[in-house]
Amino acid sequence: MATTADGKGSGPAAKLKEKGNEVWGNVQGSQAWGAIFRPGSVFRKGYTDSPRNRSYVIMNNVLYHLHPVKVKRHAVKVSYTLCLGGLSFFLFILLTVTGIFLMFFYRPTATDAWQTVQTLETGVAFGSLVRNMHRWGAHLMVLSVFLHMSRVFYHGAYKSPREFNWIIGVVLLLLTLLLSFTGYLLPWDQLALWAVTVGTNMMGYTPVFGNEVRFVLLGSKEIGNDTLLRWYVLHVLMLPFVIVIFMAVHFWRVRKDGGISGPL
Amino acid sequence: MTEVPEHLLKRAAARKAALAGGGDEAVEAAAPEVAESAEVEAAPPVVQDTGDVITEDVGGVPAHLLERSRRRKAAAAAGEGGAAVPSAAASTATATKAKAPAMTAGAASGVGPGGHTQRLLTVVKAGSIQQTKGEAQDKVHTWPHLLSLEFASVLSMTAIITIFSALVKAPLLGLADVNRTPNPSKAPWYFLGLQELLTMFHPMVAGVTVPGVALVLIAFAPFLDKNPSNKPADRKYAISMFTLFLMFWAVLVIIGSFFRGEGFNFVLPWTSKVFFEL
Repeated sequence: MATTADGKGSGPAAKLKEKGNEVWGNVQGSQAWGAIFRPGSVFRKGYTDSPRNRSYVIMNNVLYHLHPVKVKRHAVKVSYTLCLGGLSFFLFILLTVTGIFLMFFYRPTATDAWQTVQTLETGVAFGSLVRNMHRWGAHLMVLSVFLHMSRVFYHGAYKSPREFNWIIGVVLLLLTLLLSFTGYLLPWDQLALWAVTVGTNMMGYTPVFGNEVRFVLLGSKEIGNDTLLRWYVLHVLMLPFVIVIFMAVHFWRVRKDGGISGPL
Repeated sequence: MTEVPEHLLKRAAARKAALAGGGDEAVEAAAPEVAESAEVEAAPPVVQDTGDVITEDVGGVPAHLLERSRRRKAAAAAGEGGAAVPSAAASTATATKAKAPAMTAGAASGVGPGGHTQRLLTVVKAGSIQQTKGEAQDKVHTWPHLLSLEFASVLSMTAIITIFSALVKAPLLGLADVNRTPNPSKAPWYFLGLQELLTMFHPMVAGVTVPGVALVLIAFAPFLDKNPSNKPADRKYAISMFTLFLMFWAVLVIIGSFFRGEGFNFVLPWTSKVFFEL
Protein backbone atom coordinates (compact mmCIF):
# COMPACT_ATOMS: atom_id res chain seq x y z
CA MET A 1 0.00 0.00 0.00
CA ALA A 2 1.54 3.18 -1.23
CA THR A 3 -0.04 5.51 1.29
CA THR A 4 1.03 3.53 4.35
CA ALA A 5 4.50 3.09 2.95
CA ASP A 6 4.73 6.89 2.75
CA GLY A 7 3.91 6.98 6.42
CA LYS A 8 0.77 9.09 6.07
CA GLY A 9 -2.93 8.28 6.02
CA SER A 10 -3.21 5.10 8.02
CA GLY A 11 -6.67 5.93 9.43
CA PRO A 12 -9.95 4.31 8.35
CA ALA A 13 -10.70 7.19 5.93
CA ALA A 14 -7.47 6.58 4.08
CA LYS A 15 -8.20 2.88 3.96
CA LEU A 16 -11.64 3.56 2.55
CA LYS A 17 -10.14 5.82 -0.07
CA GLU A 18 -7.62 3.17 -0.92
CA LYS A 19 -10.38 0.61 -1.28
CA GLY A 20 -12.41 3.02 -3.41
CA ASN A 21 -9.50 3.62 -5.74
CA GLU A 22 -8.97 -0.10 -6.03
CA VAL A 23 -12.60 -0.76 -6.95
CA TRP A 24 -12.60 2.11 -9.43
CA GLY A 25 -9.40 0.78 -10.91
CA ASN A 26 -10.99 -2.64 -11.32
CA VAL A 27 -14.02 -1.12 -13.02
CA GLN A 28 -11.85 0.84 -15.42
CA GLY A 29 -9.71 -2.19 -16.07
CA SER A 30 -12.68 -4.48 -16.72
CA GLN A 31 -13.46 -5.88 -20.11
CA ALA A 32 -16.92 -4.28 -20.16
CA TRP A 33 -15.50 -0.81 -19.56
CA GLY A 34 -12.89 -1.35 -22.21
CA ALA A 35 -15.55 -2.56 -24.61
CA ILE A 36 -17.69 0.55 -24.12
CA PHE A 37 -14.98 3.19 -24.25
CA ARG A 38 -12.49 3.23 -27.06
CA PRO A 39 -8.74 3.16 -26.41
CA GLY A 40 -7.72 6.74 -25.86
CA SER A 41 -11.12 7.72 -24.51
CA VAL A 42 -10.91 10.11 -21.60
CA PHE A 43 -13.14 7.73 -19.67
CA ARG A 44 -10.41 5.15 -19.87
CA LYS A 45 -7.28 7.13 -19.24
CA GLY A 46 -8.53 10.21 -17.43
CA TYR A 47 -8.45 13.78 -18.69
CA THR A 48 -5.77 16.32 -18.14
CA ASP A 49 -5.89 19.37 -20.35
CA SER A 50 -3.45 18.90 -23.21
CA PRO A 51 -3.76 19.36 -26.97
CA ARG A 52 -3.53 15.60 -27.35
CA ASN A 53 -6.39 14.96 -24.93
CA ARG A 54 -8.47 17.72 -26.50
CA SER A 55 -8.20 15.86 -29.77
CA TYR A 56 -8.99 12.54 -28.12
CA VAL A 57 -12.23 13.88 -26.66
CA ILE A 58 -13.61 14.31 -30.18
CA MET A 59 -11.89 11.37 -31.83
CA ASN A 60 -13.21 8.84 -29.34
CA ASN A 61 -16.71 10.22 -29.36
CA VAL A 62 -19.70 9.72 -31.62
CA LEU A 63 -19.63 13.49 -32.09
CA TYR A 64 -16.70 12.88 -34.40
CA HIS A 65 -19.39 12.23 -37.03
CA LEU A 66 -20.52 15.82 -36.65
CA HIS A 67 -17.45 17.80 -35.68
CA PRO A 68 -13.83 17.69 -36.76
CA VAL A 69 -11.12 17.79 -34.12
CA LYS A 70 -10.36 21.40 -34.92
CA VAL A 71 -12.48 24.20 -36.31
CA LYS A 72 -11.65 27.65 -37.61
CA ARG A 73 -11.27 30.12 -34.83
CA HIS A 74 -13.86 32.49 -36.23
CA ALA A 75 -16.36 29.62 -36.48
CA VAL A 76 -16.80 29.51 -32.72
CA LYS A 77 -17.80 33.16 -32.52
CA VAL A 78 -21.45 33.37 -31.53
CA SER A 79 -21.71 36.71 -33.31
CA TYR A 80 -20.97 34.98 -36.62
CA THR A 81 -23.42 32.05 -36.63
CA LEU A 82 -25.74 33.08 -33.79
CA CYS A 83 -25.90 29.30 -33.29
CA LEU A 84 -28.93 29.26 -35.59
CA GLY A 85 -28.12 26.11 -37.54
CA GLY A 86 -27.17 24.17 -34.45
CA LEU A 87 -30.24 25.39 -32.59
CA SER A 88 -32.47 24.34 -35.48
CA PHE A 89 -30.99 20.87 -35.18
CA PHE A 90 -31.38 20.89 -31.44
CA LEU A 91 -35.02 22.00 -31.76
CA PHE A 92 -35.58 19.08 -34.10
CA ILE A 93 -34.23 16.73 -31.42
CA LEU A 94 -36.34 18.40 -28.75
CA LEU A 95 -39.41 18.08 -30.99
CA THR A 96 -38.65 14.41 -31.59
CA VAL A 97 -38.38 13.72 -27.87
CA THR A 98 -41.51 15.64 -26.91
CA GLY A 99 -43.31 14.27 -29.96
CA ILE A 100 -42.63 10.68 -28.93
CA PHE A 101 -44.08 11.48 -25.53
CA LEU A 102 -47.21 12.89 -27.18
CA MET A 103 -47.58 9.83 -29.38
CA PHE A 104 -48.18 7.67 -26.31
CA PHE A 105 -51.44 9.49 -25.65
CA TYR A 106 -52.70 10.58 -29.06
CA ARG A 107 -55.11 8.73 -31.36
CA PRO A 108 -55.33 9.99 -34.96
CA THR A 109 -59.06 9.55 -35.56
CA ALA A 110 -61.61 12.30 -36.02
CA THR A 111 -63.67 11.01 -33.12
CA ASP A 112 -60.80 10.58 -30.63
CA ALA A 113 -58.09 13.06 -31.57
CA TRP A 114 -59.42 16.16 -29.86
CA GLN A 115 -60.49 14.16 -26.80
CA THR A 116 -57.05 12.58 -26.37
CA VAL A 117 -55.38 15.97 -26.59
CA GLN A 118 -57.82 17.28 -24.02
CA THR A 119 -57.05 14.34 -21.73
CA LEU A 120 -53.34 14.89 -22.28
CA GLU A 121 -53.76 18.50 -21.19
CA THR A 122 -55.70 17.73 -18.04
CA GLY A 123 -55.06 14.15 -17.01
CA VAL A 124 -51.46 13.29 -17.85
CA ALA A 125 -48.48 14.21 -15.69
CA PHE A 126 -46.51 16.94 -17.52
CA GLY A 127 -48.81 16.40 -20.50
CA SER A 128 -49.67 20.05 -20.82
CA LEU A 129 -46.05 21.15 -20.41
CA VAL A 130 -44.76 18.73 -23.02
CA ARG A 131 -47.47 19.66 -25.50
CA ASN A 132 -46.69 23.34 -25.00
CA MET A 133 -42.99 22.64 -25.51
CA HIS A 134 -43.77 20.75 -28.68
CA ARG A 135 -45.93 23.53 -30.06
CA TRP A 136 -43.68 26.46 -29.14
CA GLY A 137 -40.61 24.53 -30.15
CA ALA A 138 -42.18 23.90 -33.55
CA HIS A 139 -42.91 27.57 -34.17
CA LEU A 140 -39.42 28.41 -32.97
CA MET A 141 -37.89 25.87 -35.32
CA VAL A 142 -39.65 27.39 -38.34
CA LEU A 143 -38.29 30.73 -37.21
CA SER A 144 -34.76 29.52 -36.51
CA VAL A 145 -34.45 27.64 -39.80
CA PHE A 146 -35.65 30.75 -41.59
CA LEU A 147 -33.24 32.98 -39.69
CA HIS A 148 -30.42 30.51 -40.33
CA MET A 149 -31.11 30.81 -44.05
CA SER A 150 -31.03 34.60 -43.82
CA ARG A 151 -27.78 34.49 -41.88
CA VAL A 152 -26.23 32.26 -44.50
CA PHE A 153 -27.38 34.55 -47.27
CA TYR A 154 -26.02 37.69 -45.62
CA HIS A 155 -22.64 36.01 -45.18
CA GLY A 156 -22.59 34.95 -48.83
CA ALA A 157 -22.04 31.44 -47.52
CA TYR A 158 -24.01 29.86 -50.37
CA LYS A 159 -21.24 30.66 -52.84
CA SER A 160 -18.88 28.11 -54.31
CA PRO A 161 -18.20 25.44 -53.09
CA ARG A 162 -21.37 25.54 -51.00
CA GLU A 163 -24.01 25.92 -53.74
CA PHE A 164 -25.34 22.41 -53.34
CA ASN A 165 -25.58 22.67 -49.58
CA TRP A 166 -27.65 25.83 -49.98
CA ILE A 167 -30.12 23.92 -52.12
CA ILE A 168 -30.25 21.14 -49.54
CA GLY A 169 -30.92 23.89 -47.01
CA VAL A 170 -33.86 25.23 -49.02
CA VAL A 171 -35.26 21.68 -49.12
CA LEU A 172 -34.81 21.50 -45.34
CA LEU A 173 -36.74 24.75 -44.93
CA LEU A 174 -39.59 23.34 -47.03
CA LEU A 175 -39.59 20.11 -45.03
CA THR A 176 -39.67 22.10 -41.81
CA LEU A 177 -42.70 24.05 -43.05
CA LEU A 178 -44.41 20.81 -44.09
CA LEU A 179 -43.66 19.20 -40.72
CA SER A 180 -45.12 22.19 -38.94
CA PHE A 181 -48.15 22.32 -41.23
CA THR A 182 -48.95 18.59 -40.93
CA GLY A 183 -48.65 18.86 -37.16
CA TYR A 184 -51.02 21.81 -37.18
CA LEU A 185 -53.99 19.58 -38.03
CA LEU A 186 -53.45 16.94 -35.39
CA PRO A 187 -55.16 18.56 -32.36
CA TRP A 188 -58.34 18.50 -34.46
CA ASP A 189 -59.76 21.68 -32.99
CA GLN A 190 -61.38 24.55 -34.86
CA LEU A 191 -58.01 26.29 -35.28
CA ALA A 192 -56.41 23.19 -36.81
CA LEU A 193 -59.29 22.33 -39.10
CA TRP A 194 -59.74 25.76 -40.61
CA ALA A 195 -56.10 26.70 -40.85
CA VAL A 196 -55.53 23.51 -42.79
CA THR A 197 -58.63 24.11 -44.89
CA VAL A 198 -57.26 27.49 -45.92
CA GLY A 199 -53.81 26.04 -46.52
CA THR A 200 -54.91 23.09 -48.63
CA ASN A 201 -57.34 25.26 -50.61
CA MET A 202 -54.30 27.34 -51.56
CA MET A 203 -52.52 24.23 -52.81
CA GLY A 204 -55.65 23.32 -54.75
CA TYR A 205 -54.87 26.25 -57.05
CA THR A 206 -51.95 24.32 -58.53
CA PRO A 207 -52.42 24.51 -62.30
CA VAL A 208 -53.84 21.51 -64.17
CA PHE A 209 -53.53 19.07 -61.26
CA GLY A 210 -55.07 21.32 -58.58
CA ASN A 211 -57.89 18.99 -57.61
CA GLU A 212 -55.68 15.92 -57.74
CA VAL A 213 -53.05 17.54 -55.54
CA ARG A 214 -55.71 18.48 -53.05
CA PHE A 215 -57.19 14.98 -53.13
CA VAL A 216 -53.83 13.32 -52.53
CA LEU A 217 -53.15 15.68 -49.64
CA LEU A 218 -56.53 15.23 -48.00
CA GLY A 219 -57.05 11.57 -48.80
CA SER A 220 -60.61 12.49 -49.75
CA LYS A 221 -62.61 15.40 -51.13
CA GLU A 222 -62.95 17.08 -47.77
CA ILE A 223 -60.85 17.16 -44.62
CA GLY A 224 -61.83 14.24 -42.43
CA ASN A 225 -60.72 10.98 -40.86
CA ASP A 226 -58.55 10.04 -43.84
CA THR A 227 -56.82 13.39 -43.82
CA LEU A 228 -56.04 13.09 -40.15
CA LEU A 229 -54.49 9.64 -40.51
CA ARG A 230 -52.58 10.67 -43.61
CA TRP A 231 -51.14 13.78 -42.00
CA TYR A 232 -50.38 11.92 -38.81
CA VAL A 233 -48.24 9.39 -40.65
CA LEU A 234 -46.58 12.17 -42.63
CA HIS A 235 -45.93 14.11 -39.44
CA VAL A 236 -44.56 11.38 -37.19
CA LEU A 237 -42.86 9.10 -39.68
CA MET A 238 -42.37 10.06 -43.26
CA LEU A 239 -41.34 13.70 -43.04
CA PRO A 240 -39.00 13.14 -40.06
CA PHE A 241 -37.41 10.26 -41.95
CA VAL A 242 -36.87 12.39 -45.04
CA ILE A 243 -35.65 15.42 -43.12
CA VAL A 244 -33.12 13.32 -41.18
CA ILE A 245 -31.61 12.12 -44.45
CA PHE A 246 -31.38 15.65 -45.78
CA MET A 247 -29.91 16.85 -42.50
CA ALA A 248 -27.25 14.15 -42.66
CA VAL A 249 -26.26 15.27 -46.14
CA HIS A 250 -26.38 18.91 -45.02
CA PHE A 251 -24.04 18.38 -42.07
CA TRP A 252 -21.72 16.15 -44.06
CA ARG A 253 -21.42 18.77 -46.77
CA VAL A 254 -20.68 21.49 -44.24
CA ARG A 255 -17.52 19.59 -43.33
CA LYS A 256 -16.67 18.51 -46.85
CA ASP A 257 -16.96 22.07 -48.12
CA GLY A 258 -14.33 23.15 -45.63
CA GLY A 259 -16.32 23.91 -42.50
CA ILE A 260 -18.51 26.94 -42.15
CA SER A 261 -17.82 29.88 -44.44
CA GLY A 262 -15.98 33.06 -43.67
CA PRO A 263 -14.46 35.00 -42.10
CA LEU A 264 -15.89 37.93 -44.00
CA MET B 1 0.75 -16.67 -62.29
CA THR B 2 -1.48 -13.73 -62.88
CA GLU B 3 -2.14 -12.72 -66.41
CA VAL B 4 0.09 -9.96 -67.69
CA PRO B 5 -1.80 -7.28 -69.63
CA GLU B 6 -1.26 -7.23 -73.37
CA HIS B 7 0.28 -3.78 -73.55
CA LEU B 8 2.81 -4.60 -70.85
CA LEU B 9 3.84 -7.78 -72.64
CA LYS B 10 4.29 -5.80 -75.84
CA ARG B 11 6.33 -3.20 -74.08
CA ALA B 12 8.51 -5.84 -72.45
CA ALA B 13 9.12 -7.54 -75.79
CA ALA B 14 10.06 -4.26 -77.43
CA ARG B 15 12.35 -3.47 -74.57
CA LYS B 16 14.04 -6.85 -74.66
CA ALA B 17 14.65 -6.49 -78.37
CA ALA B 18 16.08 -3.04 -77.83
CA LEU B 19 18.29 -4.29 -75.03
CA ALA B 20 19.66 -7.04 -77.20
CA GLY B 21 20.43 -4.49 -79.92
CA GLY B 22 21.43 -1.40 -78.01
CA GLY B 23 23.38 -3.11 -75.26
CA ASP B 24 24.83 -1.17 -72.38
CA GLU B 25 24.15 2.26 -73.76
CA ALA B 26 20.42 1.72 -73.60
CA VAL B 27 20.44 0.42 -70.08
CA GLU B 28 22.50 3.33 -68.99
CA ALA B 29 19.95 5.70 -70.35
CA ALA B 30 17.34 4.11 -68.18
CA ALA B 31 19.47 3.54 -65.08
CA PRO B 32 18.37 5.31 -61.92
CA GLU B 33 20.19 8.34 -60.75
CA VAL B 34 22.75 7.50 -58.14
CA ALA B 35 25.09 10.37 -57.62
CA GLU B 36 24.25 13.72 -59.02
CA SER B 37 27.24 15.45 -57.51
CA ALA B 38 29.58 13.11 -59.28
CA GLU B 39 28.04 13.81 -62.61
CA VAL B 40 28.40 17.52 -62.29
CA GLU B 41 32.13 17.12 -61.97
CA ALA B 42 32.23 14.58 -64.73
CA ALA B 43 33.11 15.21 -68.34
CA PRO B 44 30.90 17.56 -70.34
CA PRO B 45 27.84 15.86 -71.74
CA VAL B 46 28.36 13.98 -74.92
CA VAL B 47 25.27 14.13 -76.97
CA GLN B 48 24.73 10.75 -78.48
CA ASP B 49 21.92 9.02 -80.16
CA THR B 50 20.70 6.54 -77.57
CA GLY B 51 18.79 4.51 -80.06
CA ASP B 52 15.67 5.67 -78.29
CA VAL B 53 15.03 2.50 -76.36
CA ILE B 54 12.35 4.03 -74.24
CA THR B 55 10.71 5.57 -77.25
CA GLU B 56 7.31 5.93 -75.59
CA ASP B 57 8.85 7.99 -72.81
CA VAL B 58 11.13 10.25 -74.74
CA GLY B 59 8.42 12.71 -75.65
CA GLY B 60 7.31 13.05 -72.07
CA VAL B 61 10.62 13.09 -70.22
CA PRO B 62 11.43 16.60 -69.03
CA ALA B 63 14.47 18.12 -70.71
CA HIS B 64 16.48 18.46 -67.53
CA LEU B 65 16.09 14.77 -66.77
CA LEU B 66 17.25 13.84 -70.26
CA GLU B 67 20.16 16.17 -69.84
CA ARG B 68 21.00 14.63 -66.50
CA SER B 69 20.78 11.17 -67.98
CA ARG B 70 23.21 12.12 -70.75
CA ARG B 71 25.67 13.53 -68.28
CA ARG B 72 25.37 10.38 -66.24
CA LYS B 73 26.10 8.30 -69.29
CA ALA B 74 29.15 10.33 -70.07
CA ALA B 75 30.39 9.88 -66.53
CA ALA B 76 29.80 6.16 -66.67
CA ALA B 77 31.63 5.93 -69.97
CA ALA B 78 34.55 7.71 -68.36
CA GLY B 79 34.45 5.23 -65.45
CA GLU B 80 34.47 2.27 -67.80
CA GLY B 81 37.43 3.74 -69.60
CA GLY B 82 39.46 3.36 -66.41
CA ALA B 83 39.17 6.93 -65.08
CA ALA B 84 38.46 7.10 -61.34
CA VAL B 85 35.06 8.46 -60.46
CA PRO B 86 36.01 11.18 -58.02
CA SER B 87 33.19 11.04 -55.50
CA ALA B 88 32.42 8.49 -52.82
CA ALA B 89 28.77 9.04 -53.49
CA ALA B 90 29.27 7.46 -56.86
CA SER B 91 30.64 4.27 -55.41
CA THR B 92 27.49 2.28 -56.10
CA ALA B 93 27.65 3.20 -59.71
CA THR B 94 31.35 2.36 -59.80
CA ALA B 95 30.83 -0.98 -58.14
CA THR B 96 28.24 -2.04 -60.65
CA LYS B 97 30.36 -0.68 -63.40
CA ALA B 98 33.33 -2.76 -62.27
CA LYS B 99 31.27 -5.90 -62.53
CA ALA B 100 29.87 -4.84 -65.84
CA PRO B 101 32.26 -6.50 -68.31
CA ALA B 102 31.73 -9.88 -66.75
CA MET B 103 28.01 -9.52 -66.65
CA THR B 104 27.38 -8.10 -70.08
CA ALA B 105 26.93 -11.54 -71.50
CA GLY B 106 24.29 -12.47 -68.99
CA ALA B 107 21.88 -9.73 -69.99
CA ALA B 108 18.90 -12.02 -69.96
CA SER B 109 19.69 -13.57 -66.58
CA GLY B 110 18.71 -12.26 -63.10
CA VAL B 111 21.13 -9.41 -63.31
CA GLY B 112 20.57 -6.95 -66.10
CA PRO B 113 23.08 -5.87 -68.70
CA GLY B 114 25.83 -3.81 -67.24
CA GLY B 115 25.37 -5.63 -63.97
CA HIS B 116 22.41 -3.48 -62.89
CA THR B 117 19.96 -5.01 -60.53
CA GLN B 118 17.48 -2.15 -60.90
CA ARG B 119 15.95 -0.45 -63.83
CA LEU B 120 13.91 2.67 -64.34
CA LEU B 121 10.27 1.76 -64.53
CA THR B 122 8.80 5.15 -64.99
CA VAL B 123 9.52 8.80 -64.71
CA VAL B 124 6.80 10.69 -62.90
CA LYS B 125 6.54 14.19 -64.20
CA ALA B 126 6.44 16.91 -61.60
CA GLY B 127 3.07 18.16 -62.78
CA SER B 128 1.37 14.82 -62.26
CA ILE B 129 2.13 14.76 -58.56
CA GLN B 130 -0.66 16.32 -56.58
CA GLN B 131 0.68 19.37 -54.91
CA THR B 132 -1.15 20.46 -51.82
CA LYS B 133 -0.45 23.91 -50.60
CA GLY B 134 -1.52 24.04 -46.99
CA GLU B 135 -2.37 27.57 -46.02
CA ALA B 136 -1.94 28.01 -42.32
CA GLN B 137 -5.39 28.43 -40.81
CA ASP B 138 -6.17 29.80 -37.43
CA LYS B 139 -7.89 26.85 -35.79
CA VAL B 140 -8.98 25.94 -32.31
CA HIS B 141 -9.88 22.63 -30.75
CA THR B 142 -13.55 21.69 -31.04
CA TRP B 143 -13.34 20.58 -27.44
CA PRO B 144 -13.57 22.70 -25.40
CA HIS B 145 -14.07 25.80 -27.56
CA LEU B 146 -17.02 24.75 -29.73
CA LEU B 147 -18.59 22.01 -27.63
CA SER B 148 -18.85 24.10 -24.48
CA LEU B 149 -20.49 26.85 -26.50
CA GLU B 150 -22.96 24.46 -28.07
CA PHE B 151 -23.71 22.94 -24.71
CA ALA B 152 -24.39 26.36 -23.24
CA SER B 153 -26.68 27.40 -26.07
CA VAL B 154 -28.58 24.11 -25.97
CA LEU B 155 -29.05 24.46 -22.22
CA SER B 156 -30.29 28.03 -22.54
CA MET B 157 -32.65 27.07 -25.34
CA THR B 158 -34.06 24.22 -23.25
CA ALA B 159 -34.48 26.53 -20.30
CA ILE B 160 -36.20 29.21 -22.37
CA ILE B 161 -38.63 26.76 -23.98
CA THR B 162 -39.40 25.00 -20.71
CA ILE B 163 -40.09 28.22 -18.83
CA PHE B 164 -42.09 29.70 -21.69
CA SER B 165 -44.12 26.47 -21.99
CA ALA B 166 -44.80 26.42 -18.28
CA LEU B 167 -46.17 29.96 -18.48
CA VAL B 168 -47.95 30.11 -21.83
CA LYS B 169 -50.47 27.49 -22.84
CA ALA B 170 -50.66 26.24 -26.40
CA PRO B 171 -54.07 26.98 -27.91
CA LEU B 172 -56.66 24.25 -28.00
CA LEU B 173 -59.97 25.55 -29.30
CA GLY B 174 -63.22 23.65 -29.44
CA LEU B 175 -63.64 20.37 -31.31
CA ALA B 176 -63.30 20.70 -35.07
CA ASP B 177 -66.65 21.33 -36.73
CA VAL B 178 -66.89 21.33 -40.50
CA ASN B 179 -70.20 23.16 -40.38
CA ARG B 180 -69.03 26.08 -38.27
CA THR B 181 -66.53 28.27 -40.11
CA PRO B 182 -64.70 30.65 -37.80
CA ASN B 183 -64.54 34.25 -38.92
CA PRO B 184 -61.85 34.95 -39.99
CA SER B 185 -60.23 31.61 -40.99
CA LYS B 186 -56.49 32.00 -41.07
CA ALA B 187 -53.70 29.72 -42.21
CA PRO B 188 -50.67 29.08 -39.96
CA TRP B 189 -48.64 32.26 -39.58
CA TYR B 190 -45.93 31.26 -42.05
CA PHE B 191 -48.56 30.92 -44.77
CA LEU B 192 -50.33 34.18 -43.92
CA GLY B 193 -48.19 36.05 -46.44
CA LEU B 194 -49.64 33.82 -49.15
CA GLN B 195 -53.15 34.22 -47.79
CA GLU B 196 -52.63 37.95 -47.84
CA LEU B 197 -51.56 37.77 -51.48
CA LEU B 198 -54.76 35.86 -52.22
CA THR B 199 -56.77 38.93 -51.29
CA MET B 200 -54.98 40.92 -54.01
CA PHE B 201 -54.40 38.55 -56.88
CA HIS B 202 -55.96 35.67 -58.72
CA PRO B 203 -55.30 32.38 -56.88
CA MET B 204 -53.15 31.16 -59.77
CA VAL B 205 -50.85 34.13 -59.23
CA ALA B 206 -50.92 34.39 -55.46
CA GLY B 207 -51.08 30.71 -54.58
CA VAL B 208 -48.83 29.20 -57.22
CA THR B 209 -46.86 31.62 -59.38
CA VAL B 210 -45.50 34.01 -56.75
CA PRO B 211 -44.43 31.38 -54.19
CA GLY B 212 -43.14 29.13 -56.97
CA VAL B 213 -40.99 31.85 -58.51
CA ALA B 214 -39.80 32.98 -55.08
CA LEU B 215 -38.78 29.44 -54.20
CA VAL B 216 -36.91 28.90 -57.46
CA LEU B 217 -35.13 32.24 -57.10
CA ILE B 218 -34.05 31.41 -53.57
CA ALA B 219 -32.94 27.87 -54.39
CA PHE B 220 -30.87 29.02 -57.35
CA ALA B 221 -29.41 32.08 -55.67
CA PRO B 222 -25.87 30.58 -55.77
CA PHE B 223 -26.10 30.31 -59.55
CA LEU B 224 -27.72 33.69 -60.09
CA ASP B 225 -25.24 35.52 -57.89
CA LYS B 226 -21.97 35.29 -59.82
CA ASN B 227 -20.09 37.66 -57.54
CA PRO B 228 -17.39 35.57 -55.83
CA SER B 229 -16.86 37.94 -52.91
CA ASN B 230 -18.51 37.46 -49.55
CA LYS B 231 -17.64 40.92 -48.27
CA PRO B 232 -20.79 42.91 -47.53
CA ALA B 233 -19.22 45.95 -49.20
CA ASP B 234 -18.97 44.06 -52.51
CA ARG B 235 -22.45 42.61 -52.33
CA LYS B 236 -24.65 45.65 -51.98
CA TYR B 237 -26.99 44.54 -54.75
CA ALA B 238 -27.44 40.96 -53.50
CA ILE B 239 -27.92 42.12 -49.92
CA SER B 240 -30.46 44.78 -50.82
CA MET B 241 -32.41 42.36 -53.03
CA PHE B 242 -32.55 39.75 -50.29
CA THR B 243 -33.52 42.33 -47.69
CA LEU B 244 -36.32 43.53 -49.97
CA PHE B 245 -37.43 39.92 -50.35
CA LEU B 246 -37.46 39.39 -46.59
CA MET B 247 -39.27 42.67 -45.98
CA PHE B 248 -41.87 41.80 -48.62
CA TRP B 249 -42.82 38.57 -46.84
CA ALA B 250 -42.45 39.99 -43.36
CA VAL B 251 -44.83 42.84 -44.13
CA LEU B 252 -47.35 40.49 -45.75
CA VAL B 253 -47.20 38.08 -42.80
CA ILE B 254 -47.59 40.90 -40.28
CA ILE B 255 -50.54 42.37 -42.15
CA GLY B 256 -52.13 38.94 -42.51
CA SER B 257 -51.55 38.17 -38.84
CA PHE B 258 -52.55 41.35 -37.09
CA PHE B 259 -54.32 43.62 -39.54
CA ARG B 260 -56.98 41.23 -40.82
CA GLY B 261 -60.22 40.85 -38.92
CA GLU B 262 -63.65 39.43 -39.64
CA GLY B 263 -64.16 38.51 -43.26
CA PHE B 264 -60.39 38.97 -43.64
CA ASN B 265 -61.04 42.70 -43.86
CA PHE B 266 -58.36 45.20 -42.98
CA VAL B 267 -58.54 46.25 -39.33
CA LEU B 268 -56.23 48.06 -36.96
CA PRO B 269 -55.20 45.77 -34.12
CA TRP B 270 -55.30 48.63 -31.59
CA THR B 271 -58.88 49.57 -32.40
CA SER B 272 -60.33 46.08 -32.81
CA LYS B 273 -59.27 42.80 -31.22
CA VAL B 274 -56.40 40.75 -32.64
CA PHE B 275 -57.45 37.70 -34.64
CA PHE B 276 -54.31 35.68 -34.33
CA GLU B 277 -53.62 32.23 -32.90
CA LEU B 278 -50.33 30.38 -33.00
